[in-house]
Amino acid sequence: MAVSTTAGNALTTGRLPRMAPWAILLACWLVVAGVYALFAMSGTLQDFSLVGTLFFGTVLYIAIIYVISLSVEGRRQAVDRLITALVFGAFLVALLPLVSLVSTVLANGLARFDLDFFTMSQRNIVGAGGGALHAIVGTLEITAVATLISVPIGLLTAVYLVEYGRGQIARWITFLVDVMTGIPSIVAGLFAYAVFAIVFGPGVRMGFAGSVALSVLMIPVVVRACEEMLKLVPNELREAAFALGVPKWLTILKVVLPTSAAGITTGVMLSIARVIGETAPLLLVAGFTQSMNYDLFDGRMQSLPVFVFTSYANQGTDGDAYLARAWTGALTLILIVMALNLIARLIARFFSPKTGR
Amino acid sequence: MATAAAPIRAKQRPGDRIFSGSALAAGSIILILLAAVAIFLIAQGIPGVLAQAGDTVILGEKNFWQYVAPLAFGTLWAAALALLMATPLSIGIALFISHYAPRRLAQTLGYIIDLLAAVPSVVFGLWGGLVLAPLVRPAYAWLAENASWFPLFSGQASATGRTILTAAIVLAVMILPIMTAICREVFLQTPRLHEEAALALGSTRWEMIRMAVLPFGRAGIISAAMLGLGRALGETMAVAMVLSPAAVISFIVIGSTNPNTIAANIALSFPEAFGTGVNVLIATGLVLFVVTFAVNAVARWVINRRKEFSGAN
Repeated sequence: MAVSTTAGNALTTGRLPRMAPWAILLACWLVVAGVYALFAMSGTLQDFSLVGTLFFGTVLYIAIIYVISLSVEGRRQAVDRLITALVFGAFLVALLPLVSLVSTVLANGLARFDLDFFTMSQRNIVGAGGGALHAIVGTLEITAVATLISVPIGLLTAVYLVEYGRGQIARWITFLVDVMTGIPSIVAGLFAYAVFAIVFGPGVRMGFAGSVALSVLMIPVVVRACEEMLKLVPNELREAAFALGVPKWLTILKVVLPTSAAGITTGVMLSIARVIGETAPLLLVAGFTQSMNYDLFDGRMQSLPVFVFTSYANQGTDGDAYLARAWTGALTLILIVMALNLIARLIARFFSPKTGR
Repeated sequence: MATAAAPIRAKQRPGDRIFSGSALAAGSIILILLAAVAIFLIAQGIPGVLAQAGDTVILGEKNFWQYVAPLAFGTLWAAALALLMATPLSIGIALFISHYAPRRLAQTLGYIIDLLAAVPSVVFGLWGGLVLAPLVRPAYAWLAENASWFPLFSGQASATGRTILTAAIVLAVMILPIMTAICREVFLQTPRLHEEAALALGSTRWEMIRMAVLPFGRAGIISAAMLGLGRALGETMAVAMVLSPAAVISFIVIGSTNPNTIAANIALSFPEAFGTGVNVLIATGLVLFVVTFAVNAVARWVINRRKEFSGAN
């Protein structure tokens, strides 16, 4: 594969034919499939496993290609082929959990993906039935307020870092923003609890505290995204504005920000997608409940990730109904996150400024 | 008016002052926020650190340090296992995307890996607890039967599959995207001429990677591993929903008594905690905060030392 084989015999001797690896791979899969079929027929295994076939077939291929290449092409080529197979294998291994996760969430989540799920809460419901309206409302409210807190702070910080920030303070802010992206979400939840417990007394649970916790996680992401976007604005635009005598703040407000508006929107949507699935901080400070609660400042508020967690962890009688709701909640959550990602990418594609390409 | 070479200063308008002031204020809020996180955690955590055996239900018959030791061990152990699995895998995936995949497909394949990062952690937890744990149970039983000479696999296999190894697998999947993204970025920045020189000298693709790409990307790989470690240390829900915990220090990865992690323990115990128990949990969170902060700071420092390479985000 690495060397072109068109030049003639002298170059192709001592090399495996081009299609040989693929043929060997196919043969390995077929052999393992045959072994599986034999086991299945003799009753040792319950059923034929496609994933198992692909996995063990690939392992067999890795061993065989090394041995064959070693005997035909020598050690160096053999190692090269071995690594090539391993690298392809690594990618396929990473795909396995993604495929498995998406397929199980779809298969189990569609059962309760009905009107009830989006129009009813869990109040007074034991066992089957009910829905997650209270959780969806809670998630939307908490995330919206977190966005309202994070975007102004994050955007202004990015403006500071790109347009004003020089020297020690800017360097420290950049460094700490980077470090802040790594704060564990549960620590953000504990922080919000610690702050609100001082004001409202111990045992406080309210949706707004959840928003604060999410903001701690969201601000660094917004800063990073906006910073990247502001840096993309060509310096010529700023210089043109300055040359016309426009003050710096008006230049930023009327030239820099509108130019990067699409990118900033994309970044904000991606950061919303990042925090909307956060469970741990909301579990700590927003708590969980079975009832509707529209008031961010009064009492426990359910959210979709916490709904999934509590349905899974506190299964009541008729556990399957709780698990079915958990899967549907997970499906809803994934759909929301995917939709946000998709919209963000579409905005980035269609509304980004047309640079001279 | 004697100093002729005085620099020309722009006229300071009120709008400028207000705008730059508010931008600076927003930047300072981040510094204050981080300080506030530390201060509030310390203030609320100190009573927990000082709590004695028998003070709260959560501590039971132990003092704080005896309580936090198995949790800290579990956190480090689970993160280390996850890192052990994710590091070679992410290097492989990054190499695949940067040097092996067809050029036209590479970006799409990168997006697919990034999709893993978009899945909320609670969904990973659900998947780990309900799909992965039953799936790996037979493998654990087989290991316990045939590989019990290996210290990590000794003893009885867990009947549920909810062991620390399962949790570590889920963690590994969750930290793959960020580690892959960083490795991919440094691998792509290998000087083209180094690669071409290696190929021109007759090396195979792997020899080219070993001689040109990997040495160049070593710092990037290290910082990717550190960032992955930071993520794995702080990850809560995946562990809380997969692991069936016990307060032990044990290296056995397939048995039924597994050490819990700090984050998962907080998530599971906090809703029922009251009084000093809350302070104890906050103090454990403080321990976690310090550890992850240190890991992340070192990772970022390593990344920032190479200015030409911008890091994960």
